[in-house]
Amino acid sequence: MTSDPAMDLLMWARGPGFQIATVVLLFGIVLRIVEILALGRARDLAPPKASPAQSGLRTVFSRFLPRHGMAMRSPVIHIGGYLFHAGFFIVLLFFGPHIQLFEEGFGIGWPGLPSPLIEAVTVISMVALVAVLIARVRDPVRKLLSTFEDYAVWVVTFLPFLTGFMAVNKLGLPYTWMMALHVLSVELLMVVLPFTKLTHAVTFLFARYYNGWVNGRKGAAT
Amino acid sequence: MTAATLERGLTALKEHIDAPVAAFFSSCVHCGLCAEACLFYTETGDPKYAPIRKLEPLRRQWRREYTLVGRLGALLGLIKPLTDDELAEWAHLIYDSCTMCGRCTLVCPVGNDLTYMIRKLREGMAASGHARKGLVEAAKKTIKLGSPMGVQLPALNAQIRRVEAEVGLPIPVDVAGVDYMVILSSMEVIQFPEIIGALARIFDRAGVTWTIPSSGFEATNVGIQIGSRDIAEEIVRRVVEAAEKLRVKYVISPECGHAYVALRWEGPNLLGRPYRFEVIHLMELLAKLRAEGRLPLAGKHDQRVTFHDPCQIIRRGGIDQEPRDLLNEITEDFAEMPDAGIWNWCCGGGGGVSAVDEAEHLRTKVFSRKMCQLDEVHPEQLVTACANCRNIIEEGLEAYNKDIEVIGLTELVAEYLAPDETAPAEGGDGS
Ligand code: SF4
Ligand code: SF4
Repeated sequence: MTSDPAMDLLMWARGPGFQIATVVLLFGIVLRIVEILALGRARDLAPPKASPAQSGLRTVFSRFLPRHGMAMRSPVIHIGGYLFHAGFFIVLLFFGPHIQLFEEGFGIGWPGLPSPLIEAVTVISMVALVAVLIARVRDPVRKLLSTFEDYAVWVVTFLPFLTGFMAVNKLGLPYTWMMALHVLSVELLMVVLPFTKLTHAVTFLFARYYNGWVNGRKGAAT
Repeated sequence: MTAATLERGLTALKEHIDAPVAAFFSSCVHCGLCAEACLFYTETGDPKYAPIRKLEPLRRQWRREYTLVGRLGALLGLIKPLTDDELAEWAHLIYDSCTMCGRCTLVCPVGNDLTYMIRKLREGMAASGHARKGLVEAAKKTIKLGSPMGVQLPALNAQIRRVEAEVGLPIPVDVAGVDYMVILSSMEVIQFPEIIGALARIFDRAGVTWTIPSSGFEATNVGIQIGSRDIAEEIVRRVVEAAEKLRVKYVISPECGHAYVALRWEGPNLLGRPYRFEVIHLMELLAKLRAEGRLPLAGKHDQRVTFHDPCQIIRRGGIDQEPRDLLNEITEDFAEMPDAGIWNWCCGGGGGVSAVDEAEHLRTKVFSRKMCQLDEVHPEQLVTACANCRNIIEEGLEAYNKDIEVIGLTELVAEYLAPDETAPAEGGDGS
């Protein structure tokens, strides 16, 4: 037993905390997928013009690219959106200490990227997140669409970057505290993901597939 | 029809929510991009017209009924059920400011098919008595008289006789065993009867056997627009019965956007069975005849023309190249508008909006989008393949004081049929 509360917290976060978050994340994702699939859909009796499944799969990938004219109409959302999403996965998957965790957990590792690069990506991601937030409050449509959840989710997404950056650069609280907060912020993200719009991380696959399926069978572009 | 009540509306919404709807609502990130694709937003700048916002009642019903969190919330009284007042308020967003054009569906980054959901939400609106009066009246007329504009057989017969005299060809009615059955939209019968003559000439030249049915000739389907499965089914059934009675191989979906959607895509599902004939859109048929060498064309139209893609044919129907091939063949100066093809902008009157009085002002306002497109190409004539688009565009051009003639593609094609050398000389122009 240590008598260092920061270390205790970090140990809890890395141990039971992480386990709880993982269980909630997995349970939540399964729940959301079941909620979708359980509803089912009627068989379509109209003879298709093209293969619906093929179109569904194609749409899953084609929607990664900007759509006609949209990047010009909403440049910040596009640039910020791409940078942030890319940054998130780069930092998550290619930061040395993260890879170590994956190695401990799953027994497989891979080469990481140099720390200065990861730090740059982190800063870019945070700037991108701030930019899309500003674009959210300044655009009348996004402002109208936004609820408390949109802002809360923004904070929850931003925190892991911020705490990670501060911990690595020994900013703010002492290192152990910062690390504990970093791990906890990630766990918070994991816990809210299935129950907020962050679910799109998984359900976009279904949404795009269905869209491609429905319209592709008509021979229409998707 | 049973009386419309809130309860029936909510039940209808529940019944129409399926896996895709759940996937769509689960995935929305409130990025607002769908608004940028919708002419009701781009032309007004009013954020309330954001497509995803129009779907709010459906989203709430889904959340309350089909998510664990929503159900718990409802149990605790935190998530309130939809009220009549809310639905009434939403009628403007669901009926007046959505033409089901499908543009938003093409841009959503997470892949939401918003148009698919508007169609479903309208079921709930109609069942709860919040459909627009113009559509309700049109539906009643269709069920009682067979057509939303009250066009009945005598009116059609009168037009047929006029056309027969004009083109000197017989218009077959109720001829069994032919290959193709032609159905028409009321708008065509009343406003653009030239189409009947054009078809007669094209089919005569191509050696196509065809007929118009004396009942079940109405192609438009207000049931699809208002959002009523029952009405939609009844209207489709009339066409299907006529076609199967006459034992035709194909039914030709005419120059009418949503009629195609109704008959080609929704019909078999409404009836719960496949048809004993095929549905082919007129554009597809013309392309097919052309490919088979049965549509000899000659001469070139010398006016500067552009083509307006009807939403239901291009985006919800996949007919893209067919009209362009024809136009390239028969015109000298065919200029495409910016965003032509799958990204074309709606005329503003589709999806039943043209039948809604409350929408008239807004519809004219958002026509500014079409004006922008036209201003890039300055055509003398605009060609399209939907009688409703045609009517709306004519009205819009008039409101904006623009002198552009609007014509149907089939008529233009008929004008450029090559003279028949095997037939006795008729004194046709050209050769
Ligand atoms: S574009 Fe798609 S994700 Fe964005 S607000 Fe509209 S429906 Fe939601
Ligand atoms: S279908 Fe067309 S009119 Fe309706 S919300 Fe989408 S973009 Fe707007």
